[in-house]
Amino acid sequence: MHVRLEARPEPSRLMRWLSPLFAVAATLVVGFVLFAGLGKNPLEAFEVFFIKPVESLYGVSELLLKASPLMLCAIGLAAGYRANVWNIGAEGQLTLGALCGGGVALALQDSGGAWVLPLMLVAGAAGGMAWAAIPAWLKTRFNANEILVSLMLVYVATLLLSLLVHGPWRDPEGFNFPQSKTFADVALLPNLLPETRLNIGFLLALAVVAVAWLFMRRSLVGFQMRVAGLAPDAANYAGVSARRTVWLGMLIGGATAGVAGVNEAAGPIGQLLPVMSPGYGFAAIIVAFVGRLHPFGILLSSLLMSLLYLGGEAAQINLALPSAVTGLFQGTLLFFLLAADVLINFRLRVARSAPPAIHAGRATACKGA
Amino acid sequence: MDPPARDELTPPRLELEGITKIYPAVVANDAINLSVMRGEIHAVLGENGAGKSTLMKIIYGVIRADAGTIRWNGDTVSITSPARARALGIGMVFQHFSLFETLTVRENVALALEPGAANAALDERIRDVSERYGLPLDPRRHVHSMSVGERQRVEIVRCLLQQPQLLIMDEPTSVLTPQAVEKLFATLRRLSSEGCSILYISHKLDEIRALCQRATVLRAGKVSGECDPRQETSSGLARMMIGGELPHPRHRQSTTRGDGTLLVRALSLPADDPFGTDLIDIDLSLRGGEIMGIAGISGNGQKELLAALSGERPVAEAKAVVLNGLAVGRQGAGVRRALGLAFVPEERLGRGAVAEMSLSDNALLTAHRQQLTGRGFIRPDATRAFAQATIARFHVKASGPEATARSLSGGNLQKYIVGREILQGPRVIIAAQPTWGVDVGAAALIRQALVDLRDEGVAVLVVSEELDELFEICDRLAVIARGRLSPPRPMRETNAEEIGLLMGGSFIGAQGVARADASSAGLTDAR
Repeated sequence: MHVRLEARPEPSRLMRWLSPLFAVAATLVVGFVLFAGLGKNPLEAFEVFFIKPVESLYGVSELLLKASPLMLCAIGLAAGYRANVWNIGAEGQLTLGALCGGGVALALQDSGGAWVLPLMLVAGAAGGMAWAAIPAWLKTRFNANEILVSLMLVYVATLLLSLLVHGPWRDPEGFNFPQSKTFADVALLPNLLPETRLNIGFLLALAVVAVAWLFMRRSLVGFQMRVAGLAPDAANYAGVSARRTVWLGMLIGGATAGVAGVNEAAGPIGQLLPVMSPGYGFAAIIVAFVGRLHPFGILLSSLLMSLLYLGGEAAQINLALPSAVTGLFQGTLLFFLLAADVLINFRLRVARSAPPAIHAGRATACKGA
Repeated sequence: MDPPARDELTPPRLELEGITKIYPAVVANDAINLSVMRGEIHAVLGENGAGKSTLMKIIYGVIRADAGTIRWNGDTVSITSPARARALGIGMVFQHFSLFETLTVRENVALALEPGAANAALDERIRDVSERYGLPLDPRRHVHSMSVGERQRVEIVRCLLQQPQLLIMDEPTSVLTPQAVEKLFATLRRLSSEGCSILYISHKLDEIRALCQRATVLRAGKVSGECDPRQETSSGLARMMIGGELPHPRHRQSTTRGDGTLLVRALSLPADDPFGTDLIDIDLSLRGGEIMGIAGISGNGQKELLAALSGERPVAEAKAVVLNGLAVGRQGAGVRRALGLAFVPEERLGRGAVAEMSLSDNALLTAHRQQLTGRGFIRPDATRAFAQATIARFHVKASGPEATARSLSGGNLQKYIVGREILQGPRVIIAAQPTWGVDVGAAALIRQALVDLRDEGVAVLVVSEELDELFEICDRLAVIARGRLSPPRPMRETNAEEIGLLMGGSFIGAQGVARADASSAGLTDAR
């Protein structure tokens, strides 16, 4: 008996949209077993993980706050992924965005006006793009693998920021902690809800998602990038430059990640720290795929991923579970999503291996398609 | 040559009864009956998609029938795998060869033999068999240096070494020059006279009438007739095959002279993959109002030439390709299209069309310059209307503009791609294998469309392996061989024999032959 995968003639569109839900359900089942195995009451654990964080207005505001950088990074990555441009380094581009935006804030500490914030956002986007331009250039010039280059640059970016924050940008009055001065008020994103940390960065993220939808679904260049992802030969045949596709794919991802970095620096953090993100840039890869690389899907999946972050924190505090549980949930979710995707495009067939000998009347061995 | 006597006592070599194979979307074989006698050359005739290949794969054990019985020399058998088929004495030469290019002839043959059979005497056996059947081969040569005709010989010799009682040949002549076809037929007749049965799959009616003693005709998965092809006319066979008359395009001299031109001057281009063909010093001049054909056996530089002409692979020298008076050698496909070039590529899914996308989106792929976008944004209504117009005008069988390209049959998708390119109103159009794998009716429609374009003054270049097709529609015909292009011949002054010699490379001078010795590709086909 052997099991094999057989391509489905026409993958179901409905299932393509339902598969993230199946993946979430399967992840919950694994979570159930996991919590039970750890000696916790699974139902109580689920409540702490998924319900408690959003019971209060403050909880919801935190959910939206954490969803913003995930949404921003994921939407930019998705534009590239649709074109087969595999930018894995959003975390580094986010760091560079925070570094450049924060650099502007620090430089204009005493002389700023209302134009500081827009300038920071532009500088952040430019920083993220510059960081993404390195793998793009190496890819188009030397055919270097953008997955490896963009990933390795994450660590370079983190070290660069760390160097600055430990050195020239360290707050002289900061008791020798590796952190910059806190930003002036004009360099902070205005608050949306009193008594919470939610700021207009969330609206900015929503606007970026809307623009991305317009670009991906309605513009010729967005269409051509999708073609490049689905069928590179067809793109070349139609006269779409492969270099332009790589450049655009990387730069869009770099720009949105850079803006996400400014959002963090000028939002909940308010200064530069050696580490600006708890892995938003990497989690955004999962967000992008759970959201089917579609802007609306990414909107929802970034909320889900944000909930996992909050739930993980709550689980640490209330259930004394290790913080690794968040990463575990993220990984399980991605695993089940990819598995569901395989089953959308293929079906499993279990076949008993046929006897090799000549056998009368065996011509119907394969019946039942 | 007489067919072996059909006597009642000897059972048929192969007898199929009620063979049925159902795929999720289509019944590929529907209760097929077929019997092949000892030493008989039996044609299986049918359009693309009629179920010929499925049936052969069932006989060769590649796939298994859902119902039906196979009898081999009178015994009911179950052919569970190609190895089982070979053990019974069934050999198959596939249309697309299954050879490893980096290995030698001997190594390729050894791979197919039982373990232990690949001993020191193998070279000798290869030479023996290949000479006995007029298929000269050097066992030590690497496959990548061989022409398509020579590769086919390797496949045939590999089968013959296993002393088959039945040889299945899947469209064997589609890659051969007319001269090489004659030699192949001599080999097959010799095999037949020695008692080896041959199942010969083809849609070329003249060949079947010349070679085969019996024919089973398939249409839409069913047997639509059985006959002695030597007693039938080509149109009689065609009627059985397509259930109607074979349409012929009108072909008159064109009087309109369009202003589109395509000039190629001294184009040389090294191949970009190790088994590709270098283009050497290609000259070509195409003007509006004519159809120029480029004949040649595949793998002689067609792929490289088409990529250089379409702009998919720009060349270093701008003046090497001049389109409508502008030197565009260094420009990509987009710029050339904007200048009025249209191109129908050989591969449909993945190049001419994106499988996962709708026909609307596939219209947008190359036709977006036809006011299908505004200020960089797609105009969905205009796009859908363009797709709808293409579907209607070229009788594409599809559920509508939202159908995915993948859901169309090969012939329908080809009609759609050809239509999409034509409706852009090109001044120059290049079509590669425009009717390859397309059923007879659709092929006629596509050829007629190309002739109509010419009559409107468009410059048309057709690259094809089908000589019949080129003779039917072209005004001038050139031949590509080993990366060189022969001077074009006016159609009225040439014939299949001359073109066949050119396909073997007869036009290449002493200097070219010296070069070609290194690769020694193709020459022997035309001897």
